[in-house]
Amino acid sequence: MDLAYSPKYEAFREEVRAFLTKYKSQAPKGLGAAGRPSPEACSWQQLLIQHGYAARTIPKDYGGYGAKPDILESRIIAEEFSAARVPSALQNQGISMLVPTLLELGTEEQKKKWVKPTLRGEVVWCQGYSEPGSGSDLASLQTRATVDGDDFVINGQKIWTSTAHEADMIFCLVRTEPDKPKHEGISYLIFSMKTPGIEVRPLTTMTGHAEFNEVFFTDVRVPKTQIVGQRGQGWFVANATLKHERGMLGDPAAMETRFQALVDLMHEETVDGQRAIDNPIFRDRLVRLQAELAAMKFNGLRLLTSASKGEDPGLARLIVKLQSCELTHQISALAIDVMGELGVLYDDSPYLRSHGSWQWGYMFQLGLIIGGGTAQIQKNIISERGLGMPREPKLAK
Amino acid sequence: MEFALSEEQRLLQDSVRRFLEQNSPLDKVRLAAGNTHTVQRSLWAGASELGIPGMLIPEDFGGMGLGFLDAAIVYEMFGRYVAPLPFLGTAVMAPLALMLAGSEAQQEKWLPKIAAGEIIAGVAVTESIGVREGAGVKAGKGTLTGKALFVVDWAEADLYIVADSDHGFHLVLPDAKGLSRRALDTIDKTRSVGELVFDQVSAEPLPRSSADAVARVIDAGRVMLAADTLGAGQMMIEKAVAYAGERKQFGRVIGSFQAVKHLCAEMAAALEPSRSLVWYAAHALDEVPGDARLMACHAKSHLSEVGRFVARTATEVHGGMGFTDLLGLHYWFKRIGFDRQLLGGPELVRLEAAHLQGWAA
Repeated sequence: MDLAYSPKYEAFREEVRAFLTKYKSQAPKGLGAAGRPSPEACSWQQLLIQHGYAARTIPKDYGGYGAKPDILESRIIAEEFSAARVPSALQNQGISMLVPTLLELGTEEQKKKWVKPTLRGEVVWCQGYSEPGSGSDLASLQTRATVDGDDFVINGQKIWTSTAHEADMIFCLVRTEPDKPKHEGISYLIFSMKTPGIEVRPLTTMTGHAEFNEVFFTDVRVPKTQIVGQRGQGWFVANATLKHERGMLGDPAAMETRFQALVDLMHEETVDGQRAIDNPIFRDRLVRLQAELAAMKFNGLRLLTSASKGEDPGLARLIVKLQSCELTHQISALAIDVMGELGVLYDDSPYLRSHGSWQWGYMFQLGLIIGGGTAQIQKNIISERGLGMPREPKLAK
Repeated sequence: MEFALSEEQRLLQDSVRRFLEQNSPLDKVRLAAGNTHTVQRSLWAGASELGIPGMLIPEDFGGMGLGFLDAAIVYEMFGRYVAPLPFLGTAVMAPLALMLAGSEAQQEKWLPKIAAGEIIAGVAVTESIGVREGAGVKAGKGTLTGKALFVVDWAEADLYIVADSDHGFHLVLPDAKGLSRRALDTIDKTRSVGELVFDQVSAEPLPRSSADAVARVIDAGRVMLAADTLGAGQMMIEKAVAYAGERKQFGRVIGSFQAVKHLCAEMAAALEPSRSLVWYAAHALDEVPGDARLMACHAKSHLSEVGRFVARTATEVHGGMGFTDLLGLHYWFKRIGFDRQLLGGPELVRLEAAHLQGWAA
């Protein structure tokens, strides 16, 4: 157990700090996490790539910085950017999911064409996986692509497509081989959202906002060359992508920020002149969450060490999505309870705290518990892959 | 940056695992549980050959000079095998009290004997955490008066280390005049606790005693109890998974039912991150003094909560059999229950954690 970084890494940390000191003033104020990055955010991203603080391990030929993967360096970059409160590298589904997939399974031409502008924030992607009838059982998806000459012709519907209204491009799973078993009949296509026949409808959620969309395809023609991997191999291509998605969830630093905001809230909110922090029941719940958060934080350090050694941390990794989403939700739940009646205020109401972010979070985080593999699917994964328990007997083909 | 056990630590843990697997299987634990207040001498002698009683004691005094993380991963194994041994008081809390607060002469006299496994050392600190039944010990001139409850490693102790109500530690010999002793029988038959009643009992103060020293002994004890629960909980999960893989109902092994699988997944999801918390809390006792007390509180209270959930859930997965004496699963259930209350239950410990951060008046 050694929580210090070696001199080599401390020197690297100094480099990052020097960069931040020099360029901090050029950083954009907001990034627009999931939507289209602003022009300022794009130039910031390009500056970060140039210095190796974004797209760090992507080869230079494809528009990255070309460093060797080093998880501790990545961690130090994240720590320093967070400490300096400077926006770090752009994060979106194109960068975190499509780019690794293309690099692993795309053709040379696809890599050359799409990776660089995606990394630079110039091309925004959305993900066309889930369908109304295919959520946890994603492989049952029914959006059809039939061959007509040199094109696929796509008909069907996708759902939960965040950023579809902003996106230039979509990476999309479609059924090309309806007669084959469900996992073997899927193909992975990439095409422009401007293609005729695509309709995007905002999907309003319980939060009152449309964080997602539905996307409808009517006779959408896509050249056959715009497939990633082989026909019928789309499921395996997508799994390479989903593997990357799991890494996106469960960020202990983000949870710590929310927790600290909760601590501040509990020092500010009063009932009958008593601060929430002085209420023994609220306080007990707070400390209980703090201990859980500490456990997740140290679990994160353990994962970091495993990753740096190329070891599989097993259960310690498999439990992250389930536990992090639940804990984040519990932090919001306590904030709502601390506010009491004020905790049900919303929209632009008088007395609303923090622009309603706790209320929005409490609802949206329930979506995160369900999305990206429901809590129940997570428990299947933990018990089957982590504990070696038997699979549910298969009924469906 | 390395947040992991070292190769040496893995070897240490493996050697303790093998030792307990071979020498303290469930049938031996059952026999020992019939004599809770008798030290299992041959088992303790075996542990002494591995250096366990002296693992925290400096090499100058015949110990191994290891750290709290080493002790925690050893006690994790004790929890895993519900080992009926006097580790908490004798190998951790008593040596630490002597090292922090004892004179050189006291250290020279007692530490080598503890390290060699020759003596059992009981520790009385419960009243420094919370007073029940009007207990509490007052120090006079070289004497103690009052009552101490839930004295750890009470049985057959050759020496007691007693905290008085003014943060002073004292050495008391078991045959001292005016000392009366009563065993306390708890649900956990694998560890002995008892009561000491002092009537003008002659005692030798540890001259460097302080509130901080008492607190550090309690911190260490709490982290060890958390580690014990970690090991016991891990074993309960493994037993539940194995049982669910064998037991058949409705023509299927019950482990293929999601209702059962999800219980197992929930247990693993709760326990696995708490392993890292125990590691860090133990590491902090040695290396991160500013974090140590808060993390000891977090480890103790969090493992108490996770432990309770795992203990009842693993029992449920075993169905009716889990409830019987036949499988012996209850030894783990009770061990975890004991760990939760000793040295402060979770609500009380969380209040301390709040105080530490200035969150409680």
